[in-house]
Amino acid sequence: MSLIDLSGNFLFIAFIAYLVGTLLFGGAIKNTKPDGAAKRADNWGKLAIIVTVVGFLAHLAYFITRWIYTGHAPVSNMFEFTTAFGMFIIGAFILIYYMYRISALGLIALPVAILIIGYAAMFPSEADPLVPSLQSYWLTIHVITAAMGQSILAISAVAGLLYLLKAVDPKSKTKSRFWMEAVLYFCFLVVGFILATVIFKGMGYEANFSYVNAQGKELEITYNMPAVFGMNDYTLLTDGKMEPLVEMPPVINAKKLTTVFWSFVIGSVVYLLVRLISRKRILEMLHPLVQKVNLNLLDEVGYRSVLIGFPVFTLGALVFAMIWAQEAWGRYWGWDPKEVWALITWLFYAAYLHLRLSKGWEGKKSAWLALIGFAIILFNLIVVNLVIAGLHSYA
Amino acid sequence: MEKLICVCGHENPAGTKLCGKCGRPLTEEAKESKIVDMKYDGAAIRSKTRNKSIVDKVWNFFSSVKVGIALIIINLVAASIGTIFPQEFYISVSTEAEKAAYYEDTYGSIGKLYYELGLSDVYNAWWFQILVGMLAISIIVASIDRGIPLHRSLKNQRVKRHESFMKRQRVVAEGPVANGDPAQTLNMIEEKMKSLKYKVRRDGNALLAERGRFSRYGPYINHCGLIIFLAAVMLRLVPGFYVDESMWVREGEVRAVPGMEGYFIENEAFILELHDNEKTENQELQGVNAVAKNFQTNAKLYKQAEDAVPGQTDNLELVKEYSIRVNHPLQYEGYSFYQMDFRMNELSVMNFQLTNKETGEALGPVSIDLTNPQDEYIINEQAKVELLGYYPDFSGFENGEPQTLTPTPNNPAFIFKMTTPEHPDGEVSFVAIQQTIEPNGDNEYKMAFQGVETRNMSGLTVHKDSSIPLLAVGGAIFMIGVAIGSYWNHRRLWVEQLEDGTIRLAAHTNKNWFGMKKDLDAVSEYAKLPKYLDQSEEIEEKEGDSAL
Repeated sequence: MSLIDLSGNFLFIAFIAYLVGTLLFGGAIKNTKPDGAAKRADNWGKLAIIVTVVGFLAHLAYFITRWIYTGHAPVSNMFEFTTAFGMFIIGAFILIYYMYRISALGLIALPVAILIIGYAAMFPSEADPLVPSLQSYWLTIHVITAAMGQSILAISAVAGLLYLLKAVDPKSKTKSRFWMEAVLYFCFLVVGFILATVIFKGMGYEANFSYVNAQGKELEITYNMPAVFGMNDYTLLTDGKMEPLVEMPPVINAKKLTTVFWSFVIGSVVYLLVRLISRKRILEMLHPLVQKVNLNLLDEVGYRSVLIGFPVFTLGALVFAMIWAQEAWGRYWGWDPKEVWALITWLFYAAYLHLRLSKGWEGKKSAWLALIGFAIILFNLIVVNLVIAGLHSYA
Repeated sequence: MEKLICVCGHENPAGTKLCGKCGRPLTEEAKESKIVDMKYDGAAIRSKTRNKSIVDKVWNFFSSVKVGIALIIINLVAASIGTIFPQEFYISVSTEAEKAAYYEDTYGSIGKLYYELGLSDVYNAWWFQILVGMLAISIIVASIDRGIPLHRSLKNQRVKRHESFMKRQRVVAEGPVANGDPAQTLNMIEEKMKSLKYKVRRDGNALLAERGRFSRYGPYINHCGLIIFLAAVMLRLVPGFYVDESMWVREGEVRAVPGMEGYFIENEAFILELHDNEKTENQELQGVNAVAKNFQTNAKLYKQAEDAVPGQTDNLELVKEYSIRVNHPLQYEGYSFYQMDFRMNELSVMNFQLTNKETGEALGPVSIDLTNPQDEYIINEQAKVELLGYYPDFSGFENGEPQTLTPTPNNPAFIFKMTTPEHPDGEVSFVAIQQTIEPNGDNEYKMAFQGVETRNMSGLTVHKDSSIPLLAVGGAIFMIGVAIGSYWNHRRLWVEQLEDGTIRLAAHTNKNWFGMKKDLDAVSEYAKLPKYLDQSEEIEEKEGDSAL
């Protein structure tokens, strides 16, 4: 077995371990009866964290073997970075777990990591050669530190989500209930994206188009999903494939829009099916599971994660980034979209920390802020890399 | 100024919330609250005490944390707007008209609006810079406003605090010692807290254990760092502090370095290397055929002799030889040369033969250096070619005159005057690529095109930024401050043994109550203290939120 295959197998083991870990954490928080259930739950919890640590070690083994194979830290394309991000989230969870011993955090952190790894797997996993600007040890230092910072900050969102799952009453019609359901619906959309990619890939769907870009150049593009949106001035080149329903102007990448469309459709179908079968909001299904958690403690975990993550993020995403930018391009700051969004993330968490000084910005509000912070991190990962053009664009 | 005199006799400045000596609540608000506000330890902050003159009002505005947060959010939103479309400095057009056209052509009417509102260069907009400036002022004012009173109150802490202070802390306990000798309790607490790395002070029957006080200074340290950082950024505006020039150097050329007087750089060779991998899936998706592996300029940096005339290239002294690559700039005395761009196979020399059209007889070769053409090329005593006109980037005729678009030899065109034995007065011919015009009718001779020589050109940027050391200092101070404020926390435990031997205690921490409670558990267990109560959880339960 070659090193890269071995590496892939490690990642698969990690993925399975996280799935099993999630179920075990589910068992750990489910004790309603007093007859020794607490003890049993404790055992489930111990097993769950062991499985999680094993998964993390396998994930680390993936990371190291891939590093040896490619010769550089495996954080240079969308697949590699996102996979590593998932790994660091698990790492940050394990760190916080051993500080606070809250099993219920695992019930959120592991599925989040699973979704992130699943998302990563939808991108080409081949190792890409490095362009000259990436050939620097700062790639390793900057990207890994920034990802670690983001992961620790993500744990505050995990704690925040858990907090809100308990604190938001699924029975009363409130804005919080609506937005919580929206957050959970978003998770279904990620599942939708994964399913759409897997299904159409499984079908071997491929349709070639020629189109004209904004500069008036004629180019070709391959769709891997039925083209709902067509590129500017498109012509279908493959026989027997679906003609696009709508043509988009050149400024919009219709192929990516098509992917977004199918993710929405499939994610929504899954969501509606679950709703129809259970006859409950997703929030209502999860709410009873987390009754055991201590809100005060969760609030502190959220705050603490930001406190721990903020300096790491500053160091990785701003300080090291500036040092590298100075070395590679001769300017430490260039208002590149990724730089700006790192600054925005930083400013946002700075606002979070200052808001904690004012009364009333603890508990629920703080939990919501943590979720918004994570949304900014995801925006920086997904939209800035894939949609906004800049020095950090991946595809 | 008005003073607040506490029951204990201590004089507090107006605006104090908790007496600096005994901790008694002084304001109505503090008296009514169940848990006192321990921000700044109840010290009077300037912005809360004065509000008369215009200076006070401005001061109060900028010292407000709410205003500070609002400024953070406004800056955040303004910065995000700049990422909607690429900023002007990332698009490769130069004139205003071209920029306007670019945004409209590429992004339609929204792009046009974006450009017209100045959002395409938002980070250089005056209003954006004012916003950043206001944030900086807010950081300075708020830090002074709060930092100094906090420092005073932390420095002058008394061991013994009044009951009303103790009872209004978040974590409190009161009661008899469970078992053992009550006379030993304070000693045991002291012993245990010292083993937990607390500093312990005693005053009669009272005890104060304190740990990590320095962490309270973290925010003020990091704010100092930020201000130094921002000041360093401003230094760029000082002439001579900042040099940012770009230059093109062709292979074999020696050029004066812009912004670095008396220095010349030579491009010995430009090297482009590509990865020889199989095309990956990502490359397919992005339509990239080959991925670059290395951009390199083999450069020599020269210094002019001391007494040389500016621009003179004789007697150059070699000071550094270096292969400039991406991530590996040439560095010399504060200046750095970065590999930024390149142009492959630029035309450098064009070779012609002065040829008789009919007989095909060649009189001799003429080789024209396109960046440095001569006025006259002498072939022999009777034959020469004069260069009457040279248009390096020929773009057509205007009023019969040939035009050049740029000074770069992309599409060279010439007007030759060919003097031959048959035509001592010369024949004139206009020669461009695949185009010859003979204004005086049929010439007997022509400049027959033989071939071209090409060379590569390297785009370098020259940088000097004397503010970097100060930036580094600011950044380092910021990181140290942030780490101190985040990774350490201030924990305090006040204990008083009442006359009947019972214990009253109160604990406070600025963050990490979990850690504080762990310490409390340890000391309670060891010294058999009464069970403590977290009053914030009590409140929460009363509000109907079941914290199981």
